Amino acid sequence: MSDIADKVKKIVVEHLGVDESKVTPDASFIDDLGADSLDTVELVMAFEEAFSVEIPEDAAEKIATVKDAIDYIEKQKAA
Amino acid sequence: MFSLSGKTALVTGASGGIGAAIARQLHAQGATVVLSGTREAALQELADSLGERAHIAVANLSDPAEADGLVAKAEAVAGAPLDILVNNAGLTRDTLAIRMKDSDWSQVLTVDLESPFRLARAALKGMLRRRAGRIISIASVVGTTGNAGQANYAAAKAGIVGMSKSLAQEAGPRGVTVNVVAPGFIETPMTDVLPEAVREKLVGSIPLGRMGNTGDVASAVVYLASEEAAWVTGTTLHVNGGMAMV
Repeated sequence: MSDIADKVKKIVVEHLGVDESKVTPDASFIDDLGADSLDTVELVMAFEEAFSVEIPEDAAEKIATVKDAIDYIEKQKAA
Repeated sequence: MFSLSGKTALVTGASGGIGAAIARQLHAQGATVVLSGTREAALQELADSLGERAHIAVANLSDPAEADGLVAKAEAVAGAPLDILVNNAGLTRDTLAIRMKDSDWSQVLTVDLESPFRLARAALKGMLRRRAGRIISIASVVGTTGNAGQANYAAAKAGIVGMSKSLAQEAGPRGVTVNVVAPGFIETPMTDVLPEAVREKLVGSIPLGRMGNTGDVASAVVYLASEEAAWVTGTTLHVNGGMAMV
């Protein structure tokens, strides 16, 4: 697992207070991890801070799963 | 009832009459208070008179960067996360609209509406995470009724109400409440200089038969800041002696 994936997972565990085993790549923040809309905004802001990236509103809306977040951040970091 | 012991509150405009009264009452209920304003000496004097649990954080809220940084600064001097934000700072640039300069408009909107938003935004980040918090903004009866010569001020104060209702909806699921206190005519150095006839006419329009005092406003803030007001959000508490029943 990449460093980015590891860090994303850690942030999700910390913010949503869920068990690490539940934070699989396909886990949906809302459907599987019990996040509400405020949680998802807070998660995006936490990702922005942790990775020093900017995630615009339209991109943030498309981040529904753990994998979506990892992919987006990896792409931004590679660019 | 209404104990604020263990809570930390930031009061902007604390060197003014209403702001100082709010700070005093929050402090009297047990809160640690951070007094903010532009006049350091006046803030320090108030802090000294309060004794323990009183800190100062000088900030000029017409500067966006200072407004953005004030919550962090307050938490640093208090050594604790912020539980209560009181947006009280405000200024007026009264004149009839046809004579109102762009700068009269923008200065009032910046300090009276934009800076409360900046402070609320910064405070909410921590409050939402901690699932607790109180944001109370001081508006004015003129935000509801309008007032000749105060198009800028009335617009800003009406804006505070709409902003607070929106923030209340966003923050409600986390147990954070956002409310407004809208004072009417309050005895201040400014109203002290009114001619007696004007004063009489003013008081005549108030069913409770007197001007308000700064303590009347501060008591409303204490209530909204307390645990007892946990189920009150998005509302405007009018403190105007019945002058405008809205």
